Amino acid sequence: MSSEAPKSADCQAAVEMIDVHKWYGDFHVLKDINLKVMRGERIVICGPSGSGKSTLIRCINRLETHQKGRIIVDGIEITDDLKKIDEIRREVGMVFQHFNLFPHLTVLENLTLAPIWVRKTPKHEADEIAMKYLTRVKIPEQAHKYPGQLSGGQQQRVAIARALCMNPKLMLFDEPTSALDPEMVKEVLDTMVALAEDGMTMLVVSHEMGFARQVANRVIFMDAGQIIEANSPKEFFEHPQHERTKLFLSQILH
Amino acid sequence: MSTTASGAFVRHELVPALPAPLAERGAIRFAREHLFSGPLNIIMTVICAALLALALPPLVRFLLIDAVWEGENRDACLNAAGACWPFVQAKFGQFVYGFYPIAERWRPNLVYALCAILLAPLLIPSAPFKRLNAVLFFAVFPVLAFVLLTGGNLDLRSFLLGRLLNWESVTGISRFADLRLGFWSDYAISALILSGIVALVTGLIGATARAAAYATLTGFVLLGIVLLCVDLDVGLQPVETRLWGGLLVTLVVAITGIVASLPLGILLALGRRSSMPMVRFFCVIFIEFWRGVPLITVLFFATYMLPLFLPTGLSFDGLLRVLVGVTLFAAAYMAEVVRGGLQAIPKGQYEGAMALGLGYWQTTGLIILPQALTLVIPGIVNNFIGLFKDTTLVLIVAIFDFLGQLRAAFTDPNWASPVTLYTGFAFAGMVYFVFCYGMSRYSLFLERRASAGQRR
Repeated sequence: MSSEAPKSADCQAAVEMIDVHKWYGDFHVLKDINLKVMRGERIVICGPSGSGKSTLIRCINRLETHQKGRIIVDGIEITDDLKKIDEIRREVGMVFQHFNLFPHLTVLENLTLAPIWVRKTPKHEADEIAMKYLTRVKIPEQAHKYPGQLSGGQQQRVAIARALCMNPKLMLFDEPTSALDPEMVKEVLDTMVALAEDGMTMLVVSHEMGFARQVANRVIFMDAGQIIEANSPKEFFEHPQHERTKLFLSQILH
Repeated sequence: MSTTASGAFVRHELVPALPAPLAERGAIRFAREHLFSGPLNIIMTVICAALLALALPPLVRFLLIDAVWEGENRDACLNAAGACWPFVQAKFGQFVYGFYPIAERWRPNLVYALCAILLAPLLIPSAPFKRLNAVLFFAVFPVLAFVLLTGGNLDLRSFLLGRLLNWESVTGISRFADLRLGFWSDYAISALILSGIVALVTGLIGATARAAAYATLTGFVLLGIVLLCVDLDVGLQPVETRLWGGLLVTLVVAITGIVASLPLGILLALGRRSSMPMVRFFCVIFIEFWRGVPLITVLFFATYMLPLFLPTGLSFDGLLRVLVGVTLFAAAYMAEVVRGGLQAIPKGQYEGAMALGLGYWQTTGLIILPQALTLVIPGIVNNFIGLFKDTTLVLIVAIFDFLGQLRAAFTDPNWASPVTLYTGFAFAGMVYFVFCYGMSRYSLFLERRASAGQRR
């Protein structure tokens, strides 16, 4: 099937996953994943821990390799071709649970590193772009501090700005608020809501159901490596179909 | 100060700052807080003070008070109870230059001066032109030092073709200026052929052939410039490395070992963590081999055994063989220190960099190594200091480094006295201490600087 031209994929799709399977050794983590994310769509993925939701979005920028099926990102199919992978990673921004900022670089250097080295943007231009996005996440005054001097919420906002500096077509969020103190969750979610309102295509692994209700076009529930249920937030929260979904929601929404 | 009966109070004059009570100031406070803060501390202080009282006075008496400061030969020191400094003074040239011809000593001096001039701004973080400075020190200086110290003019005969076929019969022994046409035509043709092969191979495995060929050719051009520099007759009298000695050899071996072992060690450490099994295998074998062999064996092998294995006619300079041996030996140790640092970097750092689209070398060079090397500065400098002192082992392969020259000077009957030996070793101890302590302090400075601002 890899002989098929990837261009045959729907051009309106930002991500297309077709019959994707993944194993860690003998452990079958992702089973028969079929998912199509349209441009401008915002999807929230939830599910119990170990259900494979992080693994799923990490397959999209090849932080994990899938063993079976096809993943097409922005019209490019993910194969072993390193060049294609780098091409995809340039277009896909990612925000991690533990921020993964570079502690030896200042906030500004964190933001300009990839534009300068990957996109070959001139330094002064990269600085300008970085300051623009720092202003957008409301912490331009922290530009010359080191990540270790910022609060968790500020660090995560820097991480979002860092991904935005590459001008990505798609943003992946891997539990962006799970490692934060409760009072810092809001500032990060506000940033993400603003991003969604600007029309960014977003795939968010999160348990922030308020966020899902507010911005998601679709909510996906995963369990045991499979997509159990996918629906609009209204339907998903008010009329969950699957027993597993009902159980999960009853536990998480009390 | 006045208080009204109601307890209300207004201060009209500010109280000036007063000096702290005597017990809270300076030496007394320091002693109370740090030397006599508790029973254990008091005992330790007393013991240390007793040890110092035992050790210091005799040392000061030997080195300074009872020392002989002037004299022409052993007569001055025959009945001395202290150090015989005229001995060091008389032999100072030998300690520093070995048997380097006296008329040519300006050359090592010039190299010392250049080294100091280029190294100092490199070590001072705020000094400007870091990149230019680094190029000068790491690329230009070694070539210059080589030409200055040896005299250059290697008179290169053959490159690859010359080894494979009788190339000289094709070109004849004609020379252009001082350069052999045989070698340089050989070099140029070999470079073109090898670049072609590289282009072909990379083309076959699907990489960009042209870029690879250009890279190879650029490498050859750079190497060619270096070879040209050492091949040219610059009019200096050749000085064989046999004649080098003293601090000159110590510094040449130590600095070469230090400068070359770090990048080599980094590459080995990266290779050992590579996902390519062959690369990993090679690096593991290399590291374990060199760590499993004593340095003395390495030096011995390089000096006495290697010539037996090399084809006749092919021989390398003795000091060069030692340099290579010391460098590879140090690189293996360095690799393990660096690997320790690499392992301390969380996986998230790799993922953060990869997700931004940075490639392997960019991730390694910009994100991983800066953090990993900072973590292991103490270990790296530890290796440097160890290497610096290990250079004295070259003595066993008949290369007379600083300590070797010292031992040689002891045999001079002109200076045979009861205190000559002690004086010499005291001097040597001080010299080594200055270098090693300097490195140690600089590493502490670097650590503090690197950790500033990036606490997690």
